[in-house]
Amino acid sequence: MSEDRSVAGEATLHYTLHVNGSDRDVADAWLGESLLYVLRERLGLPGTKNACDQGECGSCTVLADGLPVCSCMMLAAAAVGRDIVTVEGLGDDGELTDVQQAFVDHGAVQCGFCTPGLIVAADHLLSVNPEPTELEIREAISGNLCRCTGYGRVIAAIAGVAEERAASTG
Amino acid sequence: MSVRVAESLEEVCSLLAADPATSLLAGGTDFMVEVNYNHRRPSSVVVIDRVPELTGWRRHNGRVELGAAMTYAEMEHPLFAAYVPALAQAARTVGSPQIRNAGTLGGNLATASPAGDTLPPLAALDARITICSVRGTREVGLDELIVGPKQNTLAPDEVIRSVTVPVVDGPQEFLKVGTRNAMVISVATVALVLDRARRSVHLALGSVAPVPVRATEAEEWIAGVVDWDAPEVPLDDVLTRFGELAAAASVPIDDHRSTADYRRHAVAVMARRALARVLS
Ligand SMILES: Cc1cc2nc3c(=O)[nH]c(=O)nc-3n(C[C@H](O)[C@H](O)[C@H](O)COP(=O)(O)OP(=O)(O)OC[C@H]3O[C@@H](n4cnc5c(N)ncnc54)[C@H](O)[C@@H]3O)c2cc1C
Ligand code: FES
Ligand code: FES
Repeated sequence: MSEDRSVAGEATLHYTLHVNGSDRDVADAWLGESLLYVLRERLGLPGTKNACDQGECGSCTVLADGLPVCSCMMLAAAAVGRDIVTVEGLGDDGELTDVQQAFVDHGAVQCGFCTPGLIVAADHLLSVNPEPTELEIREAISGNLCRCTGYGRVIAAIAGVAEERAASTG
Repeated sequence: MSVRVAESLEEVCSLLAADPATSLLAGGTDFMVEVNYNHRRPSSVVVIDRVPELTGWRRHNGRVELGAAMTYAEMEHPLFAAYVPALAQAARTVGSPQIRNAGTLGGNLATASPAGDTLPPLAALDARITICSVRGTREVGLDELIVGPKQNTLAPDEVIRSVTVPVVDGPQEFLKVGTRNAMVISVATVALVLDRARRSVHLALGSVAPVPVRATEAEEWIAGVVDWDAPEVPLDDVLTRFGELAAAASVPIDDHRSTADYRRHAVAVMARRALARVLS
């Protein structure tokens, strides 16, 4: 939702969020704004996507205190004090992470709308479970809808990262 | 207009008492759908997901006490699942990993949807629910808290603090029918608890009545049929009869998700399957 959702005359909020390692001020915000809205419309972080605004599609997935959540289901002002990481915060300085590179290499990006959410979910899976089974991969991305790829290439990309990481650490 | 991240239960209660129009917010997975679609315009919000008295779970006097802000992801944990397997199984079927990391038990209770997946296990376990306000603390059963579809008996200044369930000696099952495996609202559910010590079977049904129901006739009949000294998988006609009695306890409706006939059928199949599993 990109329209201004505050109503003239309503008091506004001012708070600070911790996003991708920095403190970010949010001023003149309406109380009911979701974290997704604030990330995209107020903090200039459009990597996180909005496809449903109701928790169903996972394209808005971010990490909150290390756990994947739907940012559309989080009230932005309630995220104060939480450590938020968006897809923009996963890699260093515009470099692709190995997960992002694998999605490109495996053709797991078609229209790309679901990709940021899938990358965050996949990144988290591999950080807590370095050698997931196919079932565990499917489970980890079960909250992320992709209408293009049919998931086969996505699963192959994630499995490929796990294999490469295992090979490189011996 | 404010959003307060509460730090104690006392703070939650006094904020509610000061302004009963204040909304409580836990995981946001029901609340934010309403806000995003303009069905709700909160004037002030108290965030309760980090209140120490509401988080986590503990064992206490042969019972397990679950904080109202306990998430589904926490209920899935093997240490918790060992004590309350039916609830852990139910939690495992909710939404998606993202929803399970945020959604809470207290939110599921307050929302009081007929399809709330924690409700049948809580009904089967005779859960007790503790509710707090500045006026004091009261304890109620599930049927006193949830009285109709999306209707709870909470006063505007009250907050659900915790839920307690007994640690039962025996296996438990939760089964759910929906259109797919992930991200699905229940068409019908059953929760079955076998209590070896009390020689009883508790069976609760979800999504097939305005509120969760206990299939008491099925429970009483099967308790008299099981050989409690040497339990074994019942014969086919016993399983069938149990399924029929379970289905008879449901009062389902036709809606956009399913038909009443299919729901009755699903209850019968799941009840017999759950019984066979706990007795195998
Ligand atoms: C995509 C998606 C999938 C879902 N799938 C399922 C599913 O499979 N099964 C299922 O059962 N549900 C499902 N839900 C619904 C929802 O996730 C659950 O009902 C969840 O338990 C709500 O908890 P919450 O902490 O997010 O509540 P919130 O949204 O924070 O709050 C919901 C309501 O409860 C009140 N409340 C919260 N905590 C308390 C408390 N301690 N005391 C008093 N009032 C309180 C709030 O004021 C609010 O009115 C789904 C939701 C989404 C968005
Ligand atoms: S936009 Fe948040 S889950 Fe779809
Ligand atoms: S690539 Fe188009 S939705 Fe996934």
